[in-house]
Amino acid sequence: MASTLYEKLWAAHEVEASPDGVSLLYIDRSLIHEVSSPQAFEGLRAAGRGVRRPQAHLAVADHAVPTRDRGRPIADPLAREQVALLAANAKAFHIRHLGLHDPRQGIVHVIGPELGFTLPGMTLVCGDSHTSTHGAFGALAFGIGASECECVLATQTLRQTRAKTLRLRITGALGLGVTAKDLTLSVVAALGATGGVGYAIEYCGETVDGLSMEGRMTLCNMSIEAGARMGLIAPDETTFAYLKGRPMAPAGASWDAAVEAWRALRSDASAVFDRTLDLDAGAIAPRVTWGTSPDQSAPVTGAAPDPAQAASEADRRKIARALDYMGLAPGERLEGLAIDNVFIGSCTNGRIEDLRAAAGVARRGRVDARVTAIVVPGSGAVKRQAEAEGLDRIFREAGFEWRDPGCSLCVAMNNDRLEPGKRCASTSNRNFEGRQGIGARTHLMSPAMAAAAALAGHITDVRQASR
Amino acid sequence: MESFHTLTAIAAPLPGANIDTDIIFPARFLLITAKRGLRRYAFYEWRYAADGAPIAEFVLNRPAYQGAEILVAGDNFGCGSSREQACWTLRDAGIRAVISTSFGEIFRANCCKNGIVPVTVSPEVLQALLDDAARGEVLTVDLESQVVVRSNSERIGFLLEGWRREALLNGWDEVDLILNSSTAAIAAHEARARRASPWLFEGD
Ligand code: SF4
Repeated sequence: MASTLYEKLWAAHEVEASPDGVSLLYIDRSLIHEVSSPQAFEGLRAAGRGVRRPQAHLAVADHAVPTRDRGRPIADPLAREQVALLAANAKAFHIRHLGLHDPRQGIVHVIGPELGFTLPGMTLVCGDSHTSTHGAFGALAFGIGASECECVLATQTLRQTRAKTLRLRITGALGLGVTAKDLTLSVVAALGATGGVGYAIEYCGETVDGLSMEGRMTLCNMSIEAGARMGLIAPDETTFAYLKGRPMAPAGASWDAAVEAWRALRSDASAVFDRTLDLDAGAIAPRVTWGTSPDQSAPVTGAAPDPAQAASEADRRKIARALDYMGLAPGERLEGLAIDNVFIGSCTNGRIEDLRAAAGVARRGRVDARVTAIVVPGSGAVKRQAEAEGLDRIFREAGFEWRDPGCSLCVAMNNDRLEPGKRCASTSNRNFEGRQGIGARTHLMSPAMAAAAALAGHITDVRQASR
Repeated sequence: MESFHTLTAIAAPLPGANIDTDIIFPARFLLITAKRGLRRYAFYEWRYAADGAPIAEFVLNRPAYQGAEILVAGDNFGCGSSREQACWTLRDAGIRAVISTSFGEIFRANCCKNGIVPVTVSPEVLQALLDDAARGEVLTVDLESQVVVRSNSERIGFLLEGWRREALLNGWDEVDLILNSSTAAIAAHEARARRASPWLFEGD
């Protein structure tokens, strides 16, 4: 029978199946970070359980780590303890751990692919909702809670209900200055914050084929913002070229055998999806969020909506509340909105291509005097690559701060945090209330758009700025 | 895990869509590595002003909703981050059931691991239950029969996947279940996978 990529991955990992779509699923690998793991390890200890396959896991601290003054102990005692606890737990349970001073340290979703820990055809989980990122490699990857992390550590399995499948075909060429971030913001806007609940999204079509792995990861990363726990892209030559030679990827004869197996990882031509949706990439403009949910975005040339025009009373209230929090008037134009902060980084847009795009804009000017702008590479490897290309110098000379890798202002758990009322152009993935600090106002956009906003001091159309 | 059968309790209304787990449990408290004693942080920014004073109008601060064990919430409750702290803080604050039209999937799964029943209802039913809750009426969540009973005795059916329901009814520990019944099947799968994709087991 013809099957979708998701169904193939699912079937290949079923340890026990039942007719109602509930299976015990084998989990090949997991990524572990300091925030969602302490309670999982504590649970193992309390029950006197061990880790079934220590080699299947990789631990790294990213959320709570400072992005400067790494030479000194972490100032915040809670963060210091949390980071130390991860190291201690990894040691006690014989799990590979990349410490704060390891050159490979970085955001889980950046280092997994970068090290070749993430591979096509595998199941991969992490106590983090943006685990969907790894679906860009044709891996069945999804975020889980701490209890499920404990279950994976102890049993290497999870009981799961099979998702429905959604094929999202994207065709047409992206316009100049339009990126994978604009694509994913468009997808999330089209589906809405709940449109993907219960689904695994498979992205396909010529636009997706043409994206780099970095772009594909950006696309899959934000699937969760439409409610879908998984995004998927069938592996192809771009995938194999990215992975070849990565430290944890197979090598030699093992690599050849793997690639041969991976070539079969695609939806059959006649496979039936529960839902399909088409998107024209050519119609997409650079996008900016205006609200407090990632589906609340508009083209940069557009405006915040007017709640009075909302389709329903519930929508009216939702929009009014978001505008109130964001300090925007109904119908207020996005272009020209003065900003206080810029954040370039995160597992959505903290990769080398993102920094290249931002630097390409940054080299043309100086950060506006009223703006504080920081660039936080997604990993040590991204940072070194950027420095080798001289991007750090471009950023510094333009007035951006050049930091050490971590989640930073994406979640504001470390000491990077915005003041109440501050407006931020951010390349991260969530514009939730308080996400970047109590009362802080987040506008999500692409790295080039964020860099352009830094120079202008307000939200601006990078396509105009580029002319 | 604590088991759940049936519960009749005060329900607190939290209208408004997309109440994410950052709102339920703000990120800065994620530095706390404990799982218990988190009740103080639930909806922190909505419950307390900058100076720490309780915000009187917030539903969970109102005298009528002290002791609420059910939340009736707007669409897509618990979306966003996978943080299980969102469930731990609710459970610690006494919540045993959450009712909405839809949930963040990871949050929903987390609820089922912590003795909290996620109840999915239609938009019309949600509105009726929000109204009931606003009037301070008690609701009954009966997991055995999978019904919500309103104070006017109207019974509203809901569905929870069989395996989740059974685990909640019996208070089963998922890990125990798997270790007790599936260890041989897991080993058999590993042996198969090792042959099919040996590169996934290099270094084991
Ligand atoms: S960068 Fe942001 S979204 Fe990504 S893992 Fe870190 S906190 Fe989560």
